[in-house]
Amino acid sequence: MHGYTGKILRVNLTDGSIKSEALDKNLALKYIGGRGLGTALFMKEVKPEVDALGPDNKLLFVNGPLTGTPTPTGGRYMAVTKSPLTGTIASSNSGGYFGAELKFAGWDAIILEGKAAKPSYILIEDDKVELRSAAPLWGKLVSQTTDELEKAHSAKHRILAIGPAGEKLSLIAAIMNDRWRAAGRSGVGAVMGSKNLKAIVVRGSGKVGIADEVKLKEVFSRCMTKIKENGVTGSGLPTYGTAVLVNIINENGVFPTNNFQSSVFPAADDISGETLAAKYLKKKDPCYRCPIACGRYCEVDDVKGGGPEYETIWAFGSDCGVHDLAAVIKANYWCNEYGLDTISAGATLAAAMELYQRGHIKDSDFGDGPKLEFGNAAAVIEWTKRLGAAQGLGAKLALGSYRLTAQYGVPELSMTVKKQELPAYDPRGIQGHGVQYATSNRGGCHVRGYMISPEILGLPEKLDRFSLEGKSNWTKIFQDFTAAIDSVGLCLFTSFAMNADDYADLYNAVCGLSWSGADFIEAGERIWNIERLFNLRAGIGPEQDTLPKRLLTEPIPEGPSAGWTHKLSELLPEYYSLRGWGKDGIPGKEKLAALGIDL
Amino acid sequence: MTVTARLFATFRDGRGKELVMDLAEGSTVCDVLKLLQIKPQDVAILLCNGRDGGLQNALKEGDRISLFPPVGGG
Repeated sequence: MHGYTGKILRVNLTDGSIKSEALDKNLALKYIGGRGLGTALFMKEVKPEVDALGPDNKLLFVNGPLTGTPTPTGGRYMAVTKSPLTGTIASSNSGGYFGAELKFAGWDAIILEGKAAKPSYILIEDDKVELRSAAPLWGKLVSQTTDELEKAHSAKHRILAIGPAGEKLSLIAAIMNDRWRAAGRSGVGAVMGSKNLKAIVVRGSGKVGIADEVKLKEVFSRCMTKIKENGVTGSGLPTYGTAVLVNIINENGVFPTNNFQSSVFPAADDISGETLAAKYLKKKDPCYRCPIACGRYCEVDDVKGGGPEYETIWAFGSDCGVHDLAAVIKANYWCNEYGLDTISAGATLAAAMELYQRGHIKDSDFGDGPKLEFGNAAAVIEWTKRLGAAQGLGAKLALGSYRLTAQYGVPELSMTVKKQELPAYDPRGIQGHGVQYATSNRGGCHVRGYMISPEILGLPEKLDRFSLEGKSNWTKIFQDFTAAIDSVGLCLFTSFAMNADDYADLYNAVCGLSWSGADFIEAGERIWNIERLFNLRAGIGPEQDTLPKRLLTEPIPEGPSAGWTHKLSELLPEYYSLRGWGKDGIPGKEKLAALGIDL
Repeated sequence: MTVTARLFATFRDGRGKELVMDLAEGSTVCDVLKLLQIKPQDVAILLCNGRDGGLQNALKEGDRISLFPPVGGG
């Protein structure tokens, strides 16, 4: 079958065995690839009650069928495992060039199991795969690790690595690739660290087979036209990056500030995409085959590198009360170097600031470090480093905001769903987005169903952000559509311009299939349901489909969304019903059978 | 009456970030766009006091209009 290489690489880190296995094509056609196929493979191999940081957990890197093909943004991979942060299935997506290179080397996926006795890295050069010592690399920052591995191999080898945060099992550690691209969320970096695996180095010489080159050219051309003509993908994102959202979200009064104590940040323009472009942007930094090029490359003082993204600017900026964009860029830099999820890291600092504000954290807890007070830019930079190094109070911060606040007896100050930090949109003023947060299969997350698109940006049509009408249905459709896009190997941002038929046609041209757009979305629904199943079996039940108490009970105090709380209890029963689940939020046998799920 | 227009992204080019405008009673958002030389079809997000607004919205003293071209992300 074209698109897929048909091969999975299995590396057992405990005994050092390395095997090439055949891809189960029927499974692939049911779950596409990436997030879907990765979750299906994981569920077949790993017990849901597994200790996420134990040797029996597995870590999968899974490409989509379009990864490494000449399709717009066709370079994404997924890191799939059980999350040590949430206890749910984790699937963290990343761009850059690593996924495509892995495909060129001939692999649809890597399954890592066991635990290496000593720090190790994996070298993949087509069929040649070796487990090597990473002793000299252990403890090093991501850029140092990358420099040394490039020196040892070549600058053309693509490198995926963890930083010190993953080594120290920070529950908010990311897996980095191509220096500053991140499979960021849900603590996947800690799983890699728990296996004593520092890096994967890959170089491939092959090409991905295409079933119908003529059709692919035609569909490619159609999709490229849509991407170029769409205002968001054709001009907004290329010019300003994702940071352009700062002012949009703030003007709507849903830009969480000071750990969601407010949702208007008066100094938002200081940290906006417009300011970033004017003062710090040096160049665009696109991923593999991306016509959008939202990636930023910025410089400030002695710091330079990728980012910052909108979510990062929010987390270290308004959520911490900081309006110093240079400080935010530096905090982002240290997250990339230590290998940290910028959303969870910034939001955890914000929670620590509220703990200090309310007297739970004492002056003496900071040791020789600056006080974590809202607005303290120097503290944000310093404590990001100490969080990454698990130093002093940083060791508590490294566990994420839920465990941090729980240690002080006030877990309600953690702005999380299923223990994962919420991103940069206050759902009290965006009701559909709140349902998506509450029901996301990996906890607090905006990219499992980006309801900001219809509720704020007006794409594909403008919805009243305060209205409850139709929101559960929109959320379900966005979630299912996203699950399929995450599985095929393309970037979610293409969906601002492309529809389900476009994705299906690309998939068909590459793999020689005849899917409709409806088939594509149904595959997404199937994927959503197996993720739900895994979570239920892992003990993460419907009782966790909720939002932080603050968002349900405390109205937004000021600004254009003042007076609003989130109306989750009015939306959730409808959402379960639309999903075809029981009133208890559990998918029944009939629903699973209708979707062809037998995992 | 006095109305504030807040401009974002490329709308700032040659216009600035924020303009305080003195308008005749009964003016609408459309009138503001004309004064700013922004074509209605180029506006993707239009907010009046932070809430979704329309081109024909009648303005009142102290209103704040936010105008965005097509932008977005996440």
